Amino acid sequence: MTDENPVVLELRGITKRFGPLVANEAIDLVMRKGEILALLGENGAGKTTLMNILFGHYVADEGGVFVADGAGALQPLPPGSPRAALDAGIGMVHQHFALAENLTVLDNITLGTEPLFRLSRANSAARAKLAGLMQRSGLKIDLDAQVSQLSVGERQRIEILKALYRDARILVLDEPTAVLTPQESDGLFETLRSLAAHGLSVVFISHKLHEVVSGSDRVAVLRGGRKVAEIPTRGSDKAQLAELMVGRAVSRSKREPRAPGAPVLILADVSVGGANIRQRLENVSMTVREGEIVGIAGVSGNGQAALANLLSGLVTPSAGTLSLGGKVMSLCDPQEFVAAGVGRIPEDRHHEGAVGSMTIAENIALETIRSRRFQRFGFLKFGAIRARAEEAIKAYDIRCPGPDAPIRQLSGGNMQKAILARALDDAPRLILANQPTRGLDVGAVAEVHRRLLLARERGAAIVLITEDLDELFELSDRVAVMFRSRLTDSFASADLDLKTLGLMMAGHDNEAA
Amino acid sequence: MASVFDILLTVSFWAAAVRIATPLIFGVLGALLCEKSGVLNLGIEGIMTVGAMSGWLAVYAGADLWTGVVVAAFMGALFGLLLSFFTVTLGLSQHVSGLGVTMLATSAAYFTYRVILPNVDTPPRIVPFQPLDIPVLSSIPFLGPVLFQQTALTLLAFVLVGVLAWFLAKTPLGLAVRAVGENPSAVEAQGLNVLWLRTGAVVAGSAIMAIGGAFLTMSAFDAFFFEMVAGRGWICIALTVFASWKPGKALFAAILFGAFDAFQVRLQQVVGAFLPSQIFLMIPYILSIVALVVWSRRASYPKALMIPYVRGQR
Repeated sequence: MTDENPVVLELRGITKRFGPLVANEAIDLVMRKGEILALLGENGAGKTTLMNILFGHYVADEGGVFVADGAGALQPLPPGSPRAALDAGIGMVHQHFALAENLTVLDNITLGTEPLFRLSRANSAARAKLAGLMQRSGLKIDLDAQVSQLSVGERQRIEILKALYRDARILVLDEPTAVLTPQESDGLFETLRSLAAHGLSVVFISHKLHEVVSGSDRVAVLRGGRKVAEIPTRGSDKAQLAELMVGRAVSRSKREPRAPGAPVLILADVSVGGANIRQRLENVSMTVREGEIVGIAGVSGNGQAALANLLSGLVTPSAGTLSLGGKVMSLCDPQEFVAAGVGRIPEDRHHEGAVGSMTIAENIALETIRSRRFQRFGFLKFGAIRARAEEAIKAYDIRCPGPDAPIRQLSGGNMQKAILARALDDAPRLILANQPTRGLDVGAVAEVHRRLLLARERGAAIVLITEDLDELFELSDRVAVMFRSRLTDSFASADLDLKTLGLMMAGHDNEAA
Repeated sequence: MASVFDILLTVSFWAAAVRIATPLIFGVLGALLCEKSGVLNLGIEGIMTVGAMSGWLAVYAGADLWTGVVVAAFMGALFGLLLSFFTVTLGLSQHVSGLGVTMLATSAAYFTYRVILPNVDTPPRIVPFQPLDIPVLSSIPFLGPVLFQQTALTLLAFVLVGVLAWFLAKTPLGLAVRAVGENPSAVEAQGLNVLWLRTGAVVAGSAIMAIGGAFLTMSAFDAFFFEMVAGRGWICIALTVFASWKPGKALFAAILFGAFDAFQVRLQQVVGAFLPSQIFLMIPYILSIVALVVWSRRASYPKALMIPYVRGQR
């Protein structure tokens, strides 16, 4: 962990362009044996691109990758070949795991490790080697389990084992904690720490400051495709790193104490049928009152999507009742819900939030297109639609060529602002914010937070579904956890600590914790 | 009514079922191999036609029967290569490319036939594969005549079921093919070449389909007719789903369909006086659809089926 350790990897002057976008610009990076390097940066800073170049998924436009050979001399790595990267001892754990779900753990690990044209596979030798690896690394997993039946944490273990099985000396992890509970994350960093102690060099990509500070030896900060800093982790702090990452000090909105008003949304023992826990809800009860934000935490895929669909009017409960502002909604229909005063910020803005090829003005008017405001005798009032968009563009500071530009041309943050304008401007009584800041940069995140808090101030009831725990604690008055299609009771966020929340996300009762 | 069920107990009925099933077995195995790698091969109908035409033509021109089979497989592989260029290399729509290959291959087969034999009314005949009489095995009661008095191509189809099952389950290459149809990114991350794997699977699968076509002209009949493949390729696509992409089940599915077909022919003779013959012709297809609906709802299809893989795409 000192500078005397031999260099195992060097990136020299890496530049990569995607059309007019410069994803990486003249980046130099050095890795030493046995150290853990964090690659910190906002979304779009070029972290993943850089690692994909290292692993051969992309070819750099300029610059090269050099890896130490057996004797310790740096050799250039042939670009654009994952095979060459694997052979040189580089293993990569992708953010979206590269596993074939129909195969067993063993199949996934040995895939591509033996010559293809053989009559049988050397499975017993593989099992023996893996048993030794699992013993040493502490990564335990059933080799004969089918991947489709394993949890996200287990799948990540397979990915790490895959790299170790190929005798990786350098392990790259892309946003490794994005899908893990806090406890699983802690476990992961313990594992990485012990692997590094055995001489493995680890690079992990992150935009979460706390894990960078606690989990790395050295931090390289990327911003706008350039490396803006490279500092030892010891002696740095979160505020300093945040400023390096964003390039300026970030002001955060603060949630002022406020007494909630009358109940707006009441779910009483609501169940929704579905093929799997993702789509199902079981006996969910919840009350959201005026002027309060209820945060829904949980590892993704535990029924949050079903809850969001329910509150958008996309599904009808199979049991229980949903009442909005005192009125029981028996027939669920998105139009009815909009009319009843529900503003929706969908999870996937490209897929569910906007119609990419339609204009900004059309997208903003879309949810209320049947109202008198936008149509008369079945004909659209283009003037009114355009005027509405122009107001929104001004009020929400949407950076765009104009109201007639296709919405897909906007950056994620600006598209989200347009959706905020649509969802929030008619003063909805209930706001569903589903992952409202996913994939946004820090500036846009601050703007979304400010808008949600303004709506709360105004007296809106807000359901915030989020996987970002910092966001959860910052915005929520109360927090409930989804686990396996069920929702826990809610707790005042001030009374909840991260450890308890993590246990609840992993399915332990609050009492047991 | 008793006579209807008596049909099911006769040796000749089951022998016919296996014979009718043979081209379907080849077709389903070929489609299955393509789809396991993530490519839906809708070129199958045309590729079977090309196989039927080219195998027969080779024998008609003087080659021996097995050379004819090899020629059919080679021509099938060639059209498979064309399809994989569109669907794998260029990543185009598998539906459009497949239908295009079917039209091209069918027309090319008919065109070649007409150019070589411009003025024939009765299609010229060849001497086809003859039924074998395998010693010992063929004297097993019932099963012997049903399974072991068929032609060599039928036995080849049975052997191929085992070979393909073993290939997919046991060999490193088979593992890679299964993985590339499920998650090509995983295959690339393990250092294998997605494009080569898929191209190889499509070419090999197409060769197998073409042998199924060749069975029609070189074993079931002894000449080439227009429209003789008659939708068997499309049936194979449906049977592949019915078989849940498993070679063993594919054999079962093909024989089941063969049995339906053989059954309707015999049923016509029993109750044909009262009903139009078209009703009977529909039976195998209707029963296939019913079987598909009942059995295949929960089939776990290859996840990357019909999704082109483009390297380095953001």
